[in-house]
Amino acid sequence: MEQLLHDTLQIAPLTATFVLALVVVLINTIWKNAERAEYAATMIGLIVVAILGIVTLPNKGYAFGGMIMTGGFASFMAILFSGAAFLSLGIADRYIHRIGAGFGEFYMIIIFALMGMIAFASGTDLIVTFVGLELLSISLYILAGITRRNLRANEASLKYFLLGAFATGFFLYGIALIYGSTGTTNIIEITRLLPELLSDTLFMVGVGLLLVGFAFKIGAVPFHMWIPDVYEGAPTAVTAFMSTGAKASAFGALLLVFTATFEFTGTPVNDVFAVLAIASMVIGNVVAIAQNNVKRLLAYSSIAHAGYMLIGLTVGTPMSLNAVVFYLISYTLTNIGAFGIVSFLEDEKQTPITIRDFYGLGTRKPFLGILMSIFMFSLIGIPPLSGFFGKYYIFVQAIENGYTWLTIVGVLTSVVSVYYYLRVVTAMYFNDSTSDQQVFTTPAGTATLLLSALGIILLGIGPQVVLQWMSQLF
Amino acid sequence: MMEHLLTIVIFLPLLGGLVLLLGRRNETFVKAGGILVSLLTFAISLGLFFGYNPDNPAMQYVDKVLWITDLNIGYHVGIDGISMLLIVLTTFLTPIVLLSSWDSIKKQVPMYVFLMLLLETGMLGVFSSLDTFLFYVFWEIILIPMYFIIGIWGGKERIYASIKFFLYTMAGSLLMLIAIIWLGWYASTLPGGQFTTDITKLFEIAPGVPFEMQVWLFAAFALSFLIKVPAFPVHTWLPDAHVQAPTGGSVILAGVLLKMGTYGLIRFNLQLFPSVAIEYAGFLAAIGVIGIIYGALVSMVQKDVKKLVAYSSVSHMGFILLGLFGMTTEGLQGGLIQMINHGLSTGALFLIVGMIYDRRHTRMIEDFGGLAKSIPIFATMFMIVTLSSIGLPGMNGFVGEFLILLGSFKSGVLGSPWYVIIAASGVVLAAVYMLWMFQRVVFGTIKHEENAKLKDLNSREIGLLLPIIILIFWIGLYPSTFLSKSEKSIQRVVNVLEEAHAQHGNGEDITSAE
Repeated sequence: MEQLLHDTLQIAPLTATFVLALVVVLINTIWKNAERAEYAATMIGLIVVAILGIVTLPNKGYAFGGMIMTGGFASFMAILFSGAAFLSLGIADRYIHRIGAGFGEFYMIIIFALMGMIAFASGTDLIVTFVGLELLSISLYILAGITRRNLRANEASLKYFLLGAFATGFFLYGIALIYGSTGTTNIIEITRLLPELLSDTLFMVGVGLLLVGFAFKIGAVPFHMWIPDVYEGAPTAVTAFMSTGAKASAFGALLLVFTATFEFTGTPVNDVFAVLAIASMVIGNVVAIAQNNVKRLLAYSSIAHAGYMLIGLTVGTPMSLNAVVFYLISYTLTNIGAFGIVSFLEDEKQTPITIRDFYGLGTRKPFLGILMSIFMFSLIGIPPLSGFFGKYYIFVQAIENGYTWLTIVGVLTSVVSVYYYLRVVTAMYFNDSTSDQQVFTTPAGTATLLLSALGIILLGIGPQVVLQWMSQLF
Repeated sequence: MMEHLLTIVIFLPLLGGLVLLLGRRNETFVKAGGILVSLLTFAISLGLFFGYNPDNPAMQYVDKVLWITDLNIGYHVGIDGISMLLIVLTTFLTPIVLLSSWDSIKKQVPMYVFLMLLLETGMLGVFSSLDTFLFYVFWEIILIPMYFIIGIWGGKERIYASIKFFLYTMAGSLLMLIAIIWLGWYASTLPGGQFTTDITKLFEIAPGVPFEMQVWLFAAFALSFLIKVPAFPVHTWLPDAHVQAPTGGSVILAGVLLKMGTYGLIRFNLQLFPSVAIEYAGFLAAIGVIGIIYGALVSMVQKDVKKLVAYSSVSHMGFILLGLFGMTTEGLQGGLIQMINHGLSTGALFLIVGMIYDRRHTRMIEDFGGLAKSIPIFATMFMIVTLSSIGLPGMNGFVGEFLILLGSFKSGVLGSPWYVIIAASGVVLAAVYMLWMFQRVVFGTIKHEENAKLKDLNSREIGLLLPIIILIFWIGLYPSTFLSKSEKSIQRVVNVLEEAHAQHGNGEDITSAE
């Protein structure tokens, strides 16, 4: 019993998220129309989760018999996810009312998704990883279709569910094969057995299937098909959450399973990462050029960014994993910001937002224009914004470990990406507005965007602060 | 305070710009404020100029703090004689540009002033960075204000021009980033070494890189800089950018931005990889010579005055390339002073084109003629600047071109008089296209009614051109004020090159030189 209590405290961020979910459910059942109260409770709860993450940061170790990681990386990711949820809910305020999804369950499901994320990215037993993945995925299927009367959202939800179920199948089958060849699902155990296992076909097939499941979740080419449709159809605040929190947690789990503990560096798995990285960077960036729908454009951009982060995984050293984590932080701030601006432009019917809708935004809403420019320039990787430092950090690690060629692919595709990000900025400043389209700014949303932009600038100018924190992760 | 003087000069414009942008009172206040900030920056930079000790070839006004500890990145700035002159050129031109935009910029004035000042900070940062990471940061920052300046206040095809400008520069600079990281990593592989982006350390380390790798690194740096210069055949962004940019943008672009390319070649290509530079000097000088002739020939057939001046830039920048890769003291000194000259003369030409455009809303040569009769002050100033651009003795252009030709002629590295012979014919061509244009615009009879009633230059416009004209004569008649500042620093570069050349010449196999 004492052990149980101790372990529960060790994973305080996860426990707190669970309690928070219960609180919100209770509020929802006891009071009617308590949506505001739930919103407030959720936001406060998320801050508490993040604080608990900071508190538990130094207690590196494992809990529940080595099934879950505590402190260090796990806590850090918990902070990142709750941050992503916090910012996404910041832009969701009023937006979800406008699109007709303003019920309390929304927050509940977000919190369940957050629980899934934390478990997914801290599980050191494949069963925990899988439970986390499922909790996360099922919550997201619901969130994607939370606007029940919107056809596009329904399509997104269904598509996501069907393809996601497929990926889950791969994932589970991979776990089964790994269990079959090793007799355990514990990652630390498997790591110990690893040298002999590398020649075991059954095991390697299992690993391959596991990789397919992960590649689907992070949205790497060729498992990216669902991303544009789902990102486009889901309510924008949900897309922001999905493209940052969910992607970050998939990356977290991936680097926990494959590089931090499995230690696959120097095996064919690395080559697979390299291939996925190249394919994602090339396809993501090139296809994004042709997009007029801004949400689809950002969707392809997110595929490309998964490619850059995969460079870090390919390298697979502790420093390069740090670089990936830094990239995730920067990417989270930037993407939530960009989707936030899109959500401001959306009307009740969620009419798709095209580049044309951005015409003249820079003069109509100078403040939003500057914010969006900051987000776009950070995505391009212009110094001194955090997006640049993220890329620089990953490239430094890649070159130090002999992956100069991969970096060259990275920078060349970055040049391609300049074009489509600039299309947005160009539309905002160089084209005159064509319509008096309404812009639905909300106080919470604006504050969120400002927070993101400040974060991007501060992380870009003074990355040292975060690097200091991160030095103890692995 | 004193030891941070350079830092103050770099960031004062940005700070002032931010205050003006966020404080925005009325437009006149912001415009005047911008000019005041840039004048103050100019005044402090003059302090730097006169306080600079020309006998000391080392970096001066050095300011150094560790910035990002984990990657050993420092905020490290300092200047030698080469950057000194370019910094003063930058701070000198910025207030002129802001004043020149007083009437012509009508929309989003605070934004314009802010972007110009941000641009100034970026340019000053490029010229004074002693850390490759920092250098890259400033190098890239410049893209943003220039992109907006062309795109918001530019002409009809501004969107195309601004994106083209951005893409070209980005393509070059990202490859440079890889070279920067690779060099840093190489430093960490040496015994007792660690990852570094400190330029002063890299000066010692880089020549030891295996020769084949040096060639790649050299190419990565050179491509980025040659695009910026711009050298033939990667110059095509320049005419578009120039023609579409507003007058102020063009002046800064021609006046300072292009010099970042040639400055980079001196600072990085010549000093980090002297052996490769010597090996490929002929090739790069040839690119310069092709640029001279090509730019001149294309200028000759232009109908648009602004486009003509833009292509003449390609030609003039070719001279600078030739001077740099002659690798003699005269050639490099000439190249450097030519950078200043081109900044002044071409900057002034763009101002003049802007003034006439404000009056007639056309830049076509055929729309003019006989301006000497209707607006004599304008015609006189135009003539002085035109002659300076051609390189008439007694004016600045002559000093630069003469030194470049002399230096390349004496050059042992190039070892052939043909470069100079062909380049010299470029001087003749320059006279042809400039004078022909001048004749058609200013002399002759008034063919168009509108030209008869033009207003001559007002005192603001005269005030813009006068300081430039004074400098044109100053450099032409007494260049040593400026040349003496840079002499020792240039000599140091030449020494590095000669050392490498001696190794090369002694029959040592440079590929094995560690």
